Amino acid sequence: MSSLIFPAVLSGLMMGAVYALVALGLTLIYGVLHIINFAHGSLLMLALYAVYFLWYHLGIDPYLAIPIVLPAFFALGYALQRGLIAPMSSGSEQNVLLITLAISMIIDNLALYFWTSNTRTADIAYAYDTVEILGAFLPLGRVIAFCAAIAVAPLLWCFMAYTKTGSAIRAVAIEKRGAELVGIDVNHTYAICFGIGTACVALAACLLLPTFYITPQVGYTFVLVAFTTVVLGGMGSLPGALIAGLLLGVIESLCGLFLGESLGQIGIFLAFILILLFKPSGLLGRAR
Amino acid sequence: MLEVRNLSKSFGGLKAVTDASLDVQEGSIVGLLGPNGAGKTTCFTMIAGFTKADEGSVRFKGQDITGLPPHRICALGMIRTFQIVQPFAGLTVQENIAVGAYLHHHNRNEAMSVARDVGKRLGMGAMLDRPASSLTIAGRKRLELARALATGSKLLLLDEVMAGLIPSEITEIVGIIRQIRDEGHTFLMIEHVMQAVMSLAETAYVLNQGKMIAHGPPRELVRDPSVVEAYLGHGAAARLQEENHA
Amino acid sequence: MKSQSIGQLALAAAAVAYLIGVYFASSPVWMGFTINALIIAVVAMSWNITGGFGGLSSFGHAALYGTGAYASAILQVKYGVNAWVGFAAGILAGAAMGAFIGALAFRYGLRGSYFALVTLAFAEVLRICASSFEFTGGGSGLQLKLAPGLANLQFADRTVVYTALLVVVAVVMILTALIKYSRFGAYLIAVRENEDAARALGIDTYRIKVQAMAISGAFGGLAGVLYLQLWLFIDSTVVYGSAISVEALIGPIIGGAGTVWGPLLGTLGLHLLGEGAKHLLPNAPGLNFVLYAVVLICALRFLPQGLVGLAGKFGAFTKKKEAEDA
Repeated sequence: MSSLIFPAVLSGLMMGAVYALVALGLTLIYGVLHIINFAHGSLLMLALYAVYFLWYHLGIDPYLAIPIVLPAFFALGYALQRGLIAPMSSGSEQNVLLITLAISMIIDNLALYFWTSNTRTADIAYAYDTVEILGAFLPLGRVIAFCAAIAVAPLLWCFMAYTKTGSAIRAVAIEKRGAELVGIDVNHTYAICFGIGTACVALAACLLLPTFYITPQVGYTFVLVAFTTVVLGGMGSLPGALIAGLLLGVIESLCGLFLGESLGQIGIFLAFILILLFKPSGLLGRAR
Repeated sequence: MLEVRNLSKSFGGLKAVTDASLDVQEGSIVGLLGPNGAGKTTCFTMIAGFTKADEGSVRFKGQDITGLPPHRICALGMIRTFQIVQPFAGLTVQENIAVGAYLHHHNRNEAMSVARDVGKRLGMGAMLDRPASSLTIAGRKRLELARALATGSKLLLLDEVMAGLIPSEITEIVGIIRQIRDEGHTFLMIEHVMQAVMSLAETAYVLNQGKMIAHGPPRELVRDPSVVEAYLGHGAAARLQEENHA
Repeated sequence: MKSQSIGQLALAAAAVAYLIGVYFASSPVWMGFTINALIIAVVAMSWNITGGFGGLSSFGHAALYGTGAYASAILQVKYGVNAWVGFAAGILAGAAMGAFIGALAFRYGLRGSYFALVTLAFAEVLRICASSFEFTGGGSGLQLKLAPGLANLQFADRTVVYTALLVVVAVVMILTALIKYSRFGAYLIAVRENEDAARALGIDTYRIKVQAMAISGAFGGLAGVLYLQLWLFIDSTVVYGSAISVEALIGPIIGGAGTVWGPLLGTLGLHLLGEGAKHLLPNAPGLNFVLYAVVLICALRFLPQGLVGLAGKFGAFTKKKEAEDA
């Protein structure tokens, strides 16, 4: 058994990096807008289909689709926040939650209608080439996903710390009224945030597609893990989301190993409930 | 009735209140004064159980209530009001007051009738069936007072109940407070409106930068140089004196 | 508010007329459809206690519904317990689950996004557990033995089922009204409007919220048991799935959260709309949910108090006038 643990931990880390990437988008939106985006998983599903169709119809390699899908989903996220969520929510937090829930219902059910519930996979042969890491064999696609996802977190952090837009976002997150008074366009900043959050999902989709399947429900699997990641990492904390994502990937993988595949996710939710019991502010979160 | 001893509280590195003590005698009206940020509201939140004090004790009617949750303290007969008054928007004025009355009257009819009486006593008889959200600022302040009274509490901690009112409204509420006191209630009030404190309070405490710097009858306090400086800045007392001599 | 308007009375009358009309429509499809809508309406009423009166929006009411259904089913299938006992046990189990989730969530004062997430997570944990353990029938679910009769709470005649459901719905609505106009209801609304002010007024807000979750759980568990007794079959997706959680909140919000009639009106209205859409576009599963979502978004923007609030604007005969004259 112990010989299986190390590969399981490694493969958990690979998956965890993608969880972290999805959660980064979610936590960014939470940190600034103070809402949980319930449509996050649906947007991931949509992005997966977009990447899939680019590959299927136009033969574009998923990794090469990044420069197309990323800006497109940034724009989509921006438009959703600016054009739908902000004007329809009348500024109430609960309404925003409900609207994102409604958006996810629309996307999910339309996907089910147009693309049926059939499971699809992209056959990208080289993604399943194995790479040997410290004696464990891992699919190349997962290793690429891991490296790319790990690289994004510091990039995003630098963006927040050193660019003008980044400081505007931080200002709005801390004190919306004050930011407004010094001339920051709050609605624009919110929408940018939502756009970046959505772009994170698009990137995750490009990285996932080579080694993952798609169905209209696939987003749901991810979003629940992403929620847990965000809470575990401390709502709104970028480094927290990264660490928590990796941790949860490992937990899931080990639970799957010891309890059986279908119970793998139970470990994640148990972790979730334990965090709520003992440390609701998360690993790196500030007290609320 | 209320004995507060050596309360201290710091937030992070900032000492909000240090070693604050005060006494309130039954049937009196006591003022708690001080410039903005002096720690008055923090004092209130500790006394009423909303935040835990780092050090110190609070005794009410001889009983140690330090660390009790607010609802227990209220059940014992002490209640605080809020500086920013927020009525329960979905309810009528009478229902709002009844929320207070339910504390000791579990039956709806009883609670509503207590609420009506309290409302009428505070001159809100005509507004009882209106939605609470339709009240003016002055109306909301009265509602806050009425809700607190309806709980049957004997000691009321009022946080700036006159802020934002025009002079004629202040005169009205001063009259109401005096009337309630004469019915057997006791008040500890944070107040900025000096005119009100002068005419109401027998004693007042002055808090500055978290410390009690003076206490005594309000008329004497306003001549106390340390109090004047707390409000107007260092050296103000001396300058005022010079101007008076000139 | 105690004032009612002609518009609200008309709306309630329309709902009652529809429910009575179903008897005379002599269409089994129509009656079956309304039966389903009524079960969902009970879940909606369950959500309304916490979400409507208490302002605590749960996104995982399936946790309560499913727990009621599973508790009763396990007792009946695995232990041969009588259906009536199972019925009571389901309600109690729902209440216990509600109190448990509430006790955990409110210990740290979770609200808003956090509370929504926690409830959702609980429903998911329960769903995965129910589909994984042999005890709960695993992936294949639990099936009750077909044995029609009052003793087994199974009725072959649809009209009897329908009548029984109408009685249950009426009872839940009366209980809701009693809660609304009680000390507990006033406290719950106070907690929703301003928790700090409520605490200052002597309200143990933690206790009130946990109690609200327990009552909500009892109603939710009740709905779950009703579903079980009607279909005699449950599995994890059907009773713990997110569709139930969504339906639980969408009806009250559209109908009017924190009102007695809102959940029923909203749920009936939505289901009628969904059914109509199904007839227009027969081969589009899930289309009703797209419609619900669109209606939800519009309701949030244009009907902040739901249908009941909208109806309240028509023909109001409140005491406002008198009060102003006085």
